[in-house]
Amino acid sequence: MSDPSRLLAVVPDPASPELARTLDLAGYTWKAVNSTSAASDAEPDGGWAGIVIDATDDLDSAWSFLRTARKQHSVPTPALVLLSGGQLGELEHRDDLYDDFCLAPFHPSELEARLQHLLSADIEVQSADVVEYGVLALNLETYQASIGGKPLDMTYMEYELLKFLVQNPGKVFTREILLSRVWGYEYYGGARTVDVHVRRLRAKLGEEHANLIHTVRSVGYRFGQSRWDS
Amino acid sequence: MNEQQRAYVLRSVEERGVRLIRLWFTDVLGNLKTMAISPPELDNALSDGLTFDGSSIDGFSRVQEADVLAIPDPDTYELLPWADPAAPEARIFCDIHRLDGEPFEGDPRQVLRRHVKAAHEAGLTFYMAPDIEYFYFEPVTPGAEPVPFDEGGFFDHTMNDVTGELRKKTIRTLETMGIPVEYSFHEDAPGQQEIDLRHTDALTMADSVMTFRLAVREIAARNGVHATFMPKPLEGLQGSGMHLHMSLFRGDENAFYDEGDGYDLSNTAKAFMAGLLRHASEITAVTNQTVNSYKRLVPNFEAPVHISWARNNRSGLIRVPIAKTSNPLATRIEYRSPDPACNPYLAFSLILAAGMRGIEEGYKLPDEADANLFESDDDELTKLGINQLPQSLNDALTIMERSELVHEVLGEHIFEWFVRNKQHEWKAYKTQVTPFERDRYLRSM
Repeated sequence: MSDPSRLLAVVPDPASPELARTLDLAGYTWKAVNSTSAASDAEPDGGWAGIVIDATDDLDSAWSFLRTARKQHSVPTPALVLLSGGQLGELEHRDDLYDDFCLAPFHPSELEARLQHLLSADIEVQSADVVEYGVLALNLETYQASIGGKPLDMTYMEYELLKFLVQNPGKVFTREILLSRVWGYEYYGGARTVDVHVRRLRAKLGEEHANLIHTVRSVGYRFGQSRWDS
Repeated sequence: MNEQQRAYVLRSVEERGVRLIRLWFTDVLGNLKTMAISPPELDNALSDGLTFDGSSIDGFSRVQEADVLAIPDPDTYELLPWADPAAPEARIFCDIHRLDGEPFEGDPRQVLRRHVKAAHEAGLTFYMAPDIEYFYFEPVTPGAEPVPFDEGGFFDHTMNDVTGELRKKTIRTLETMGIPVEYSFHEDAPGQQEIDLRHTDALTMADSVMTFRLAVREIAARNGVHATFMPKPLEGLQGSGMHLHMSLFRGDENAFYDEGDGYDLSNTAKAFMAGLLRHASEITAVTNQTVNSYKRLVPNFEAPVHISWARNNRSGLIRVPIAKTSNPLATRIEYRSPDPACNPYLAFSLILAAGMRGIEEGYKLPDEADANLFESDDDELTKLGINQLPQSLNDALTIMERSELVHEVLGEHIFEWFVRNKQHEWKAYKTQVTPFERDRYLRSM
């Protein structure tokens, strides 16, 4: 059972009356904040117990908030996203940003149950520490990568891009999706940034392995074999 | 700086057993400077920066404000491929700040950052792809004539292979450092090479040019060869240029592209070109910053002399490469005067600002000059309204000194220091009595 005295961060400020009522009735102590800097300023000593973020009005800011929040802490704060049915598609490939979600308008007892579940368990590390694809191996814990047993040295963004691709082999991603999932919408460079980083990654993979990242004409990129190839 | 990026760098240093971290930055003249620190010092350097005495760096501090702060940019963390594998070394580029945390006015990287940011605020990203030329020479003895490496004697064929091998090694090294190469080839002059880099945003490219120059020289030196980016090392042969291909993107759209005018150039591209042409003379002291640079900018060696533009005329200052099939993403312009001995941060800043000035003020692009301008005489050119680039470092400095644009772009600190430093260089050069003069006058006068 979670410790009810630990403070929840609720975004944005002010929280909707329904959300405020549900949290109050369930016995949570919480504080509404509007920005990650406000969240840092108000953060209790032991850290936030969790984040409840209402994304129905502004999904992009919600992702940007969560991305920044995740970058600030090495152990992620459990996060629950409230969003509408029409926004469900946006969850795809953002598993690293949230731990659970609840459809809005929500049923108070459902939200309560989900929160209780979310806060009671220590979040398990969702992915294996090492992701492999053929000769390529990425250690997610040590940030190290190797190809054919040889270390592959990358910058942080190159590593993040490769990690995303390796975790989703065989799928075709548009530049826009890659940009929003790996860099975040707040990045100013536009989708051409993705091309530049793919080129750099291919250069580092070397001639022999450069084709692990395929260009899918007029669509985007695919890592590894297509699931339709035999 | 974000926590994960920092953790990433610290963890990589630990995992890869890095022994030495080289903090890189650039002085006003474009020389790479390095401070080496050991891994335990990196954590602090990443969070608080590293204080050092800037008065020891050319163009940095006046004596009364000597201390500055180097803050590493963690996204530029790379292992140095030429370091001893038993004692790995890494490098990180730094931004230099004043002790109060403000960007330091004497730091060229901060100047480029400022202009790239201004373009971003207008919704634009500036992409650059340089074609860099340089020479391989036999190890140089002071006073002796330099000998191009692949002209070294009886073994031409073998020697050619050596420079080809060197170039290949260099390219592999660049690629492991995340600097993709588009093409490379042996240039026209003996010993001369060209390596063309793939486009990136301007700040990354300026960093890449710094890395490139070091990598080329480092790998050559390890193989007993001297590589040089001197603009015109041999008279009567081609010099080394750094042609810059560039485009501006608005989000995912190439703002330089517009179909249907025969050039595939948008009004934005035309105004940008007009800006570059109008301010070309003012920025030349920086894009071509040595006395020797002006010996490259002469007719008949594929270097530009006149301030003009054309599609396929290599005598012009700006060339608009024609794509085989019209490709919106590949539409770009090529600015041909800079040489590889320039400070890329300052040169890119001025080029971007000159182009942006053209866009902001709606400058009108003059007509294309498609004739070979090397064959036209000065009267014809004057009639066409085509002027020449500055003829010497002194000319270029005189024009730069009057330029409100260059003053604004570089900021008072760098502007003033640069002009003063380069005037000294010119004065020192002017006192030289050259073999040319003795050959010509000693006996006849």
